Parts: sequence; structure tokens; C-alpha cells
Amino acid sequence: MNEVVVDLSRLQFAITALYHFLFVPLTLGLSVILVIMEAVYVMTGRVIWRDMVKFWGVLFGINFAMGVATGITMEFQFGTNWAYFSHYVGDIFGVPLAIEGLMAFFLEATFVGLFFFGWERLSKLQHLLVTTMVAIGSNFSALWILIANGWMQNPVGAKFNPTTMRMEVTDFYAVIFNEVAQAKFVHTVSAGYVTGAMFVLAISAWYLLRGRHRAFAVRSMTVAASFGLASALSVVVLGDESGYAATEHQKMKLAAIEAEWETQPPPAGFNVLAWPDMEKRENAFELKVPWVLGLIATRSLSREVLGINDLVARAKVRVRHGLRAYRALQRLRRDPADKAAIRELRVFDHTLGYALLLKRYRTDIENATPAEIEKAAWDTVPDVLTLFWSFRIMVGLGFYFIVLFGIAFILSARRAFERHRWFLWLAFVSLPLPWVAAELGWIVAEYGRQPWIIEGVLPTFLGVSEVSVGQVAFSLVGFIVFYTVLAVADVYLMVKYARLGPDAYLGVDTNARARERVPVLASAIET
Amino acid sequence: MVPPIDYETLKIIWWLLLGLLLVGFMVTDGFDMGAGALLPFAGRNDEERRLIINTVGPVWEGNQVWFVLGGGAIFAAWPPLYALAFSGFYVAMFLVLAALIVRPVSFVFRSKNKDPRWRAIWDGGLFVSGIVPPLVFGIAMGNVLQGVPFRLTEDLRPVYEGSFAGLLNPFALLCGLLALAMVIQHGAAWLVLKTEGDVARRARHFGAVAGVGAVALFAICGAIVWAGLVEGYVIRAGAAPGAEANPLAKTVAREAGAWAANLNAAPGKWLGPLVGLLGLGVAAFLLQFKRGRLALVASGLGIAGVIATPGLAMFPFILPSSSNPSMSLTVWDASSSHLTLFLMLIATLVFMPLIIAYTSWVYYVIRGKVSLEALLASRESY
Ligand code: HDD
Ligand code: HEM
Ligand code: HEM
Repeated sequence: MNEVVVDLSRLQFAITALYHFLFVPLTLGLSVILVIMEAVYVMTGRVIWRDMVKFWGVLFGINFAMGVATGITMEFQFGTNWAYFSHYVGDIFGVPLAIEGLMAFFLEATFVGLFFFGWERLSKLQHLLVTTMVAIGSNFSALWILIANGWMQNPVGAKFNPTTMRMEVTDFYAVIFNEVAQAKFVHTVSAGYVTGAMFVLAISAWYLLRGRHRAFAVRSMTVAASFGLASALSVVVLGDESGYAATEHQKMKLAAIEAEWETQPPPAGFNVLAWPDMEKRENAFELKVPWVLGLIATRSLSREVLGINDLVARAKVRVRHGLRAYRALQRLRRDPADKAAIRELRVFDHTLGYALLLKRYRTDIENATPAEIEKAAWDTVPDVLTLFWSFRIMVGLGFYFIVLFGIAFILSARRAFERHRWFLWLAFVSLPLPWVAAELGWIVAEYGRQPWIIEGVLPTFLGVSEVSVGQVAFSLVGFIVFYTVLAVADVYLMVKYARLGPDAYLGVDTNARARERVPVLASAIET
Repeated sequence: MVPPIDYETLKIIWWLLLGLLLVGFMVTDGFDMGAGALLPFAGRNDEERRLIINTVGPVWEGNQVWFVLGGGAIFAAWPPLYALAFSGFYVAMFLVLAALIVRPVSFVFRSKNKDPRWRAIWDGGLFVSGIVPPLVFGIAMGNVLQGVPFRLTEDLRPVYEGSFAGLLNPFALLCGLLALAMVIQHGAAWLVLKTEGDVARRARHFGAVAGVGAVALFAICGAIVWAGLVEGYVIRAGAAPGAEANPLAKTVAREAGAWAANLNAAPGKWLGPLVGLLGLGVAAFLLQFKRGRLALVASGLGIAGVIATPGLAMFPFILPSSSNPSMSLTVWDASSSHLTLFLMLIATLVFMPLIIAYTSWVYYVIRGKVSLEALLASRESY
């Protein structure tokens, strides 16, 4: 395995995925907000609500195109850069990806065209239906991709098949209803809703600060405030708690997030601040609140939260067991009818992945030395420092969003936005924060999974394709150049249209139209 | 759980379904890529180009999902192919991805700024992204027919042994041109259906030329294979249809004329090339008579026939290895597990009819010619 190819492939995946996820949350959130706004229009017949759908819709469209463009890279990158991964788990992993196409991408992509081109051709109700389909499609898409990703974190319902040398589905129900996937879905989709709400809130606040588009901005902020508050609560309360401590691997991630090196007597204390030192394997400094971690992680006073050192000791046992599985597999290759080998493999195959960690150190891993086994066991520890701080910033932002949207909600109930200019400023400058939280969340989830590409099953470095350094460097540079150009064009257009504002874009005076209505039952949407 | 359909049948069903997906992609996304390729030729000024872009405006996004779904379905049904083809054709794949990344943004960004240079850039994006994917797919198909150099390790890790330049051999380039010509004709038929005046007139002209070219190229490529200049492959032993998938458990030999022999062995298979030739030829003819809708149907059938031809000739091979023939991937030994194929079939049977239904509704809603006046009056158009 060429380490440079591994590192470049990881870097490329990280860059392209984090980039894709700049657009995804806004699509998820804004599509639902558009449905809410259009529903108000259809129910009340107030024209300004249609103006809102159209104006936020144009910003949605620009973002959506970027989401689609960058998603295509992701779909094919598993094959281009992670060929062995694709072979090894395609039997399971490919299924949610394909279903995502069937169930979600077709829905959103087919109807998004009509969302823009259908205003003159559809009745009000039909158009609302089209908008709803786009939102449903986007959210289904999140569901299926997160089922795929959840399986990488917690590979349930699958078994290693020595004949085909890959993992195969045994229980698809378990794959879909994987606790980790369900928790991820709720958390990630809510994060998207927060992002959409913040986008509308911040830009509307800016209009109010400038004294422009009053009627339009106040109504938009009202929607954003209540939707945002509900979503922010959902991000934090429904969070990732459930299914978190469920599996062994998540224990290592949890210990790393909490920088807990030694297992503490229960209930464990919670490190509010710390400076973990990977070399010394301890915290250079820590500020601990007693009991809290134990309560959060185990919901009890008596169960332990295992520390990193104990988890490594366990990993060492697993590497040894994995080696027994590996040797049995070698014997089976020579003689597929070897009954003893079949039995041995069946007992130990769930630890086979741990033995594969040794491939970093030698190819004939059956002859691994105790020192190499020790090293492999320590490889299961992710980067504690990054996880610890990424997680804390995300959580801090989560609580901040609750406060921010809580205030917005109160102000909107009192119709008092304009009297509190400090709040309008606060809302405006908070615009980038949901993106910061979401990107850090992915870093916690994915970087915290290292060294595994499939937790406990396949090490990341084994997953790569047999391609040259030059090839990966070429595509990596290509993506960076390309994505930078697109980012410039995207931001330019977003700012251009946000500045233009609804009045100039729609060619009407939205303030003057604030009380205008169309008959609720009129069939043609364009009046 | 033991699926109620046997493994061999499922493997064949998935071979058919993946073929249909490929056809779905080339037929739907084909006309909007073709429209992109014709953009600078059929549209001579900004308004004409806008007209062309807006004929596909409401539908290109849904069409492109055929490609995405194709990727996902290959991943799920034939993981070894997904792994091998995309990592092996690494640079070619990057070019396709680049083209398909530029496409969505070009559509949406282009008319959102009046600056002619800005528009020229995105028009360029649409043009390039209309040309590159069909060209690369054609070239890839040409290479698959000849076999590509790869091997599999004992752990079934795919190792591609060729180079990017090696893909650009004369036969493959002919196949690339064939795919491009088909797509251009198909796009022209769409423009004839959706526009009037100068744009339609030029599209008719270019479409007919491309159609005649496609017929000729298809005949030449066919003759080359027929004459045995491109060698085929035959399974000598192993590869039991119902066996668990391991591509290392068979022996394969190279043999001149093997592909043609496959067609002759089941004369029904000749329907593929026949429909291909007729479809493409008739479409060129219909274009002359301004019959956009019929020409679109004919060129769509032609595309389906052309794609079916190598599939039928090669069955059960899906990716032969020229350097290690016995490691070739076949339908029998490169499929997913029995259960996975079954579950995916259920999902397809549930969702595909729905997709076809709502997609048809969208085409129905946007029916009729696109007019420049309506387009300029609407804020949502591209
Ligand atoms: C939580 C949500 C989420 C996550 C984690 C991902 N995506 Fe995504 N993706 C979406 C949510 C989404 C979306 C909301 O559905 C998008 C974004 C904007 C859009 O237009 O659709 C989309 C677009 C999109 C497209 C284009 C679809 C089309 O043509 O319409 C593809 C092929 C992918 N994605 C594939 C992926 C892959 C392979 C991912 C894993 C690495 C991935 N996405 C992560
Ligand atoms: C769009 C949201 C996502 C973001 C922002 C994201 C982020 C990341 C990051 C930062 C890495 C690099 C970790 C490292 O190498 O240290 C990574 C790796 C990876 N992620 Fe994700 N990820 C996302 C979604 C997904 C999903 C949904 C899947 C699977 C369906 C996935 C599969 C992978 C794979 C295969 C790798 C490469 C192997 C690895 O380095 O672990 N990612 N991702
Ligand atoms: C108190 C607040 C929060 C808690 C307790 C929390 C908890 C977590 C945890 C534990 C993970 C890692 C999951 C894994 O390892 O697989 C995670 C991931 C993530 N978080 Fe948060 N989070 C909070 C707030 C937020 C906020 C405010 C956002 C964005 C607006 C956000 C977005 C994400 C995203 C996108 C991911 C990656 C996807 C996933 O793994 O679910 N989180 N979060």
C-alpha cells in the first residue's frame, strides 16, 4: 500500500465531501422553508407569500445546482479512489446508494425543474405539490446516504464470505434500522433546517437594518424564527445521544471526544476543557466537572465509561483473535474443504479487520511480532485533540443557536424586530455559524472513525485503489482548482441576488403588495 | 432469508436492468447533451442559444439522474466492475466528472448575469459537457469490447495495468465518435421538436449529417468486430451461472470472431444491430421532413439498439481482461450476493414505475414549442 496514495485519497475525499456539505444543509433547510411559505400562500392567497417563495427560490436554485454538481463527484469517488472498499462492501453499501437514486434523486431532480418552470403552467395546489416533492426528495436523499454512512460507523446485518472475499448482506432490516443511522439522520437533517433558518433570518435581518423590504423581511423572519427554534432544539435534544454508546467502536470515539485516557470509577467526570497530548497519552491540562460524563453516556450512576487505555487493551486481544481468523482464511484458500478452518473462521471472523490493521507493518501478517500487535492496537485511537475541540465547538454553537432563535421567536411574537437593532446585527453576523458546526460535526464523525473506513471491518489504508500518486495528485489539484472557481461564481451570484432584493428581482413593490390577495380557490397561479 | 427467485435468473435480470439503465441514460440525458453539443452551431446569437438551453431547462436535471442511478446500481449489483472500471479509467473518469460538474452550474448560472463574457464561459461549459461524456463512454465501450489490461490479486484487489493513452486506440476512438454522433442526432431531433425557425432549421441540418455519420461509424465498427480484428473471449471452464461470485475460478481464452459467433449462436440477438442501424438511419430521414417527435423516437430506438449490440455480443462477459483473460469479469462471477440482487429488484420494481409516471407527467406539463417571448418574460427561465 502506498501511504502517499492513501493520504492524498483521504485528503481528496475530505475536501470534496466537506465541500459538498456546504450546499447540502442549505438545500435541506431551504426546501422545507419554501414549502412552509408556499403553503401559507395557497391557504391565504396573500401574494407576498408567493413573492417570498420566488425570491428565496432563486437563491435555493443557485445553491441546489452546486449541491448536485458536487454530489456527482461523491457518487463516483468510491469507485475511483476507494476501489478495494467498493469491492469489499459494495454488496451492502451500494444498496442504499442505489435506492437513494431511485427514491430520492429522481424525485428532487425531476420536480426541481417544474418548481422554476411550472409557475405559469400549474395550478396553485399543483405547484405546492411540486415544491413539496423537492423537499421530500432532498430529505429522503439524506436518509439513504446516512444509512450508508451509518453502516460504515456501525456495520450491522452483514457477514464476511470467504469464497467471495467480501462482506455480504445477511439482514437488510438491520442495515436500515441501524440505530446509528437513525440518530445521524435526525441530527443531520435538523442541522440542515437550522442552516436554512439561519440563512433566511440573517439576510432578512440585513434588509431590516437597511430599512428595505420591510413586509417581506418581517414575514420571512417569522418563519425562520419558529422553524429555526424547533430545529435547533431538535439538533441538540435529539442529538446523537441515542445509539451513541451502543457499539464498541463508538466507545473509542466517545473516549476520544471526551479525552478520557483512563477509565474513571463511575460515574465519570466530564472534561469541559482540556489539552490532550497524543504523544504522552494524557491531558496536559483539564477542567473536570464530576459525574456529568457518566450521566450523559450511560444514563446511570454505576456503569463505567471505558477510557482509551482500556479500549486499546481490548483492541490488542482482538488483533490476536483476528490473526486466528486470518490464518484460517489462508488455510481455506489452500483447501476449501478444511472443516477445522471453516469453524475457526466462523468463530473469529468478526475480528478479522483488526488483524488487517497489521498490513501497515508487514504483508505476511501471520508472523507479526508482539511489538507490531501493540502498535496496531494503538492505531485504533483517533486524533484526540481534534475530536475533543471540534466536538466542543459544535456543541457550544448548538446551545448558542437555541438562544438566538429563542430570542428571535420572542421578538417575532412581539413584532419587535426593528426596535432591537443589536439583535438584527447578531443575526446577520451569525450567518456562517451553522456551516461551521456542521463541518465540525462531520470531522468528529469521520475523523473520529479513523483508522477504520468500515469500523472494525476494514482499515482505511486498505480501502484505496491501486492508482499512482500522480493520478491522485492530478485529480486532487483538478478538484481544488475547479471547486475554487465554482465557489467564486456561486458566492458572486448569491451576493448579487441577495443585494438585488425581492423588489428588483420580481419587479414589484413587495411592501405595497403586503395586503394584496388572490382568491384562495383560483386555479391559475400567476395573476 | 432465501430469495424466492434463483440466483442465476437474478443475475440475468440485473444484466438486463443495467442495460436498460444505460439506455435510459443515453436516451434521456442524450438529447440534452446533444443540445449542448449543438449550442454553438444551432444557436448563432445569445437569444437563440438561450432558446436552446431553455428547451432542456426543465428536464436535464432529472435526466442526469439516470447517470447517477447507473453508478449506484452498478455499485450495488456488480461491485467488482464498479471498483475496477472507475479506478482503472481514473483519468477518463475524472474528465467525465469534470464535465458533469460544470453542467448543472452552467445551466443555472449562465443567464443570471448579462455580461457577454460571463455567458460565453457557461455556454462553453454546456458545449464541453455535451461532448465529453458521450465521447468518453464510447471510448470506454470500445475498450471493453477489446478487453482491458487488469488483474485481480488473491484478495480480489483490482489492479489496472494499462495507461490512459492506451485507451485511445483507433477502434475505441471510432466508438467514441459513434457515441458522439448518436447523441448529436438525438439532440437535433429534440430541438426540431421544441423550436421553430432558424434554430430548428440548423438542427435539422446538423442532425441529419450526424445521423448519417452514426450509421456509417456503426457499420464500420461492426465490420471490424465481424472481421475478427477485435478479438473476443470465450469461457473454457468454470464460471457456473449459479455459483458464488469469485472471478478467479474459471479459465477464459481469447479468440478471433468470438463476439460475432455469439450473435450467430442466437439469431434473435441480431435484432440489436438491426434496430440500431434502422433507428439511426430512419431518424436522419425523418429529420429532413421536420418530424421532430418521430425522429426523436427513432433515434432513441437507434441508440438502444447500438448499446444492446455489444452487450448481446459479449454476454456473459462484462469486462474482459486482455492481460489475464481468466480474470475477466462476467455476469456469473462479478455480481452481488443472491440476497442483495433480490432486494434491489424489489426496490426497482417499486420505484421505477413511479419514476416513469411522474417523469412523464413533467414532460406532459412542459409540452409544446418553447417561445422566445414567453422565455424572456419569465424570471425563472435560464
Ligand atoms: C445529509 C445529506 C447528504 C449527505 C451526507 C450527502 N448528500 Fe449528496 N446530496 C444531498 C444530501 C446529502 C441532497 C440534499 O439531496 C443534494 C444536495 C443538494 C442537492 O441538490 O441534492 C445532494 C446531491 C447529490 C447528488 C446529485 C443528485 C442529483 O443528480 O440530483 C449525488 C450524486 C450525491 N449527492 C451523492 C452523495 C454521496 C455519494 C454522498 C456521500 C459521500 C453524499 N451525497 C453526501
Ligand atoms: C457530506 C457530508 C460528509 C462530510 C463532510 C464527510 C467528511 C469526511 C472527512 C473529513 C473525511 C476524512 C477523514 C480522514 O480521512 O481523516 C471523510 C472520509 C470518508 N468518508 Fe465522509 N463525510 C461525509 C459524508 C460521508 C458519507 C455519507 C459517506 C458514506 C456514505 C462517507 C464516506 C467516507 C469515506 C469512504 C471516506 C474515506 C475514508 C476515510 O478517510 O475515512 N462520508 N469524510
Ligand atoms: C449540543 C449540541 C450537539 C451535540 C451534543 C452534538 C453531537 C454530535 C455527535 C456526538 C456527533 C458525532 C456522531 C458520530 O460520531 O457519528 C455529531 C455529528 C454531527 N453534528 Fe452535532 N451535535 C450538536 C450540535 C450540532 C449543531 C448545532 C450542528 C449543525 C448545525 C451539528 C451538526 C452535525 C453534523 C452535520 C454531524 C455529522 C453527521 C452525524 O454524524 O450525525 N451538530 N454531533
